[in-house]
Amino acid sequence: MIAFLLAQTIAITGGTVYPVSGPKIDNATVLIRDGRIAAVGTNVAIPTGATRIDATGKWVTPGLIDGAGNMGLREISAVQNTNEGTLRGNEVAAAFNVTEGLNPASTLIPVTRVEGVTTTLAVPGGDLVWGQAVLIDLDGTTIEAMVAKSPVGVVADLSENAKGAGGGSRAGVAQRLRRIFNDALEYERRRTDYSRAQMQDLSASAADLDALLPVLHGRLPLMVVANRRSDIETALRIAREFKLRLILAGAAEGWEIADKIVAAGVPVLVQPMDNIPGYDALGIRYENAALLAKAGVKVSLMETQTENSRNLRQQAGNAVAYGMTWDQALRAVTLTPAEAFGVADRYGSLEVGKVANVVVWTGDPFEFSTGVEHVIIRGKEISLRSRQTELLERYRTLPPKY
Amino acid sequence: MDRPQYPSTYKRHPNPPVVIRNATIMTATGQEIQGGSILFRDGRIVSVGTTVDAPADAVVVDGTGKWVTPGVIDTHSHIGVYPAPGTWAESDGNEATNPVTAEVWAEHSVWPQDPQIPLAIAGGVTTIQALPGSANLIGGRSAILKLVPARSVQEMKFPGAHYGLKMACGENPKRVYQNRGPSTRMGNMAGYRAAFIQAEQYRRRWDKWNKDHSGDAPTRDLKLESLAEVLRGNIFVQNHCYRADEMMQMLDLAHEFGFKIRSFHHAVEAYKIADVLAREGTAVSVWADWWGFKEEAMDGIYENAALVQQAGGIPVIHSDDASGIQRLNQEAAKAMYHGRRAGIQVTRDQALRWFTANPAWVLGLDSIVGTLEPGKMADIVVWSADPLSVYARAMQVYNDGWLVYDRNDPAHQPKMDFTIGREP
Repeated sequence: MIAFLLAQTIAITGGTVYPVSGPKIDNATVLIRDGRIAAVGTNVAIPTGATRIDATGKWVTPGLIDGAGNMGLREISAVQNTNEGTLRGNEVAAAFNVTEGLNPASTLIPVTRVEGVTTTLAVPGGDLVWGQAVLIDLDGTTIEAMVAKSPVGVVADLSENAKGAGGGSRAGVAQRLRRIFNDALEYERRRTDYSRAQMQDLSASAADLDALLPVLHGRLPLMVVANRRSDIETALRIAREFKLRLILAGAAEGWEIADKIVAAGVPVLVQPMDNIPGYDALGIRYENAALLAKAGVKVSLMETQTENSRNLRQQAGNAVAYGMTWDQALRAVTLTPAEAFGVADRYGSLEVGKVANVVVWTGDPFEFSTGVEHVIIRGKEISLRSRQTELLERYRTLPPKY
Repeated sequence: MDRPQYPSTYKRHPNPPVVIRNATIMTATGQEIQGGSILFRDGRIVSVGTTVDAPADAVVVDGTGKWVTPGVIDTHSHIGVYPAPGTWAESDGNEATNPVTAEVWAEHSVWPQDPQIPLAIAGGVTTIQALPGSANLIGGRSAILKLVPARSVQEMKFPGAHYGLKMACGENPKRVYQNRGPSTRMGNMAGYRAAFIQAEQYRRRWDKWNKDHSGDAPTRDLKLESLAEVLRGNIFVQNHCYRADEMMQMLDLAHEFGFKIRSFHHAVEAYKIADVLAREGTAVSVWADWWGFKEEAMDGIYENAALVQQAGGIPVIHSDDASGIQRLNQEAAKAMYHGRRAGIQVTRDQALRWFTANPAWVLGLDSIVGTLEPGKMADIVVWSADPLSVYARAMQVYNDGWLVYDRNDPAHQPKMDFTIGREP
């Protein structure tokens, strides 16, 4: 059975194909074989025996990637027993990789993927250093089958929410983070001393300091949650000092210093529909995504509310309504996050050899009038059923037949 | 009680007559007029149609390529009572000190300088019901507000509007009061019943005294006064309730004491009892797609509003959220199109009514606002595109004929005091 699925060949024909890596192609075929994209174009030979999907009049895009949320880690946010994303009691949880907290049977997964989101980040929660985020495909009966990349990065918080871990001050947060980084480097230099207890106490456990070394050597990004302009600048400053690869998440006031973010070459994750001012970000506004993109920042869009990760396309539509170009917005939910997460060789566009995460839409993916016709994840067509579609069928005519 | 209680001091802002020409006008009365015009003056709609005569002094607005709808109405907002910036200092939405606080009035918490107000206005919202939160079984009176900048809440109070009474089912009250009770759903029910039993007696005493004026007037009790007004039908029950089985319990409670529940709010399981809700004439104020954040919200489906509509009920798309209130048109579109994809017939006019005429009915204001008809209050939104498109933005918003918001003109973009001196 597995061999059969792996060998499945699917030809999506006649649609308007948006490869993202290049301009749209009318009346094109996307050929999928062995879980990968085998061909894209107007002159593709379709092997006999291929399953054909007629996409005439439809739009074909890569599956959307949501670079936020706790997918698989959180079934019902208000029910503690169904939450796996936060390591309590450790403010510096760099070694906390959420992978084994993932629940492949989560009801949120089908609910999300039937709306065209095929890949999400599973982000831990926490205090100062939250842990390691992983990228998952929204299909698979085992954890191993879902994980696309682990870890994607270590997540740290420089927003007002982290102040408790910095003695109640942003300055305390930044100083503590620096101390942790310096201790990690010190620990690396003096492992023998550490094991002989010939060192002063370090500011985090050996496991957590160890887990920060790939970040400090530039092999793994540090994802920093920051919204206030000065917090973003602090993140950029610390990244410069330690030569880190930074990803900014939130960046509500990023538009105010877009030039600095561009100069630093830092990719940014933005939630376009956020605009309620708080003391963490009085400058928050709908136009943030558009202004950052216009300045040349690599902007990815996100929907942070896990159960409505499917609203990523509404986020993108609103980013367009407030000034992003449509092409930028599509890229911002496909190839740009794939680049930020270091998986652009496998994800984010319809190119030969990439993982076959493909969605067939009735029209513009960002429009409410558009429905999802087909979802393909890792080359396998997914049933468009979820717990919600089954509830609909049960109660479509009343009284229900129990 | 004969003296006015915190009366509305709302005054219409003077505005010249306005005619919007050559727009697509969605009236919320079944019509979508291409190349239509609408004339309003002195805060009232004068005429709507393909040929509209305008007086010489009318401001002419070119509506080419634009859509015009009634002003957006939200039956469920906490704007003003839970303002931005969201700190403890101005969080005044839940008097969570007693499970029954029918004596509190949301208007006494509303901060008219809430910076969320201009954001909602820019989303086309012209009227809101600001509700107390859902910590309590009976949380207090709502405030029905014209969404205009003002120095006091009294200047925003919709003249003549019925108060709502916020009631809440389920998880929230039993969580908040778990140590002192109610801590169960049966405890919740006992709590409502005890309150209304007191209210019945209070009402009888006052009704008798009002008739015969014999002896001293009964002592006023603010809590029971609110509940007695519910029993008299003068205050509308606005009931936070997620689960179908709990809504059925609440309908029985209403039958026991002889009042109507005007609208269930949140009602993520309304589709399971859509037939009953239609029969009872109780509206449902729902989200398009919120679900899953707590157990009583687990069974939310996109088609909820559409199924209620199909059953002959009264669906409303509400926000309960200062972000969502800015995009009620989008939420209605989401619910409409998902309903259609599931084979449920929903017209564009019906979807428009979900955030205009139907919420007007829930607030008892349907003869005054909610549609574009001659004689109605000129609460009007001009959209950049089809309001059921994700790309549509409110370009101009008229509240009672006054241009309260113009996206292209900073002179018509109200700012709250909070924002002054804080802009980057």
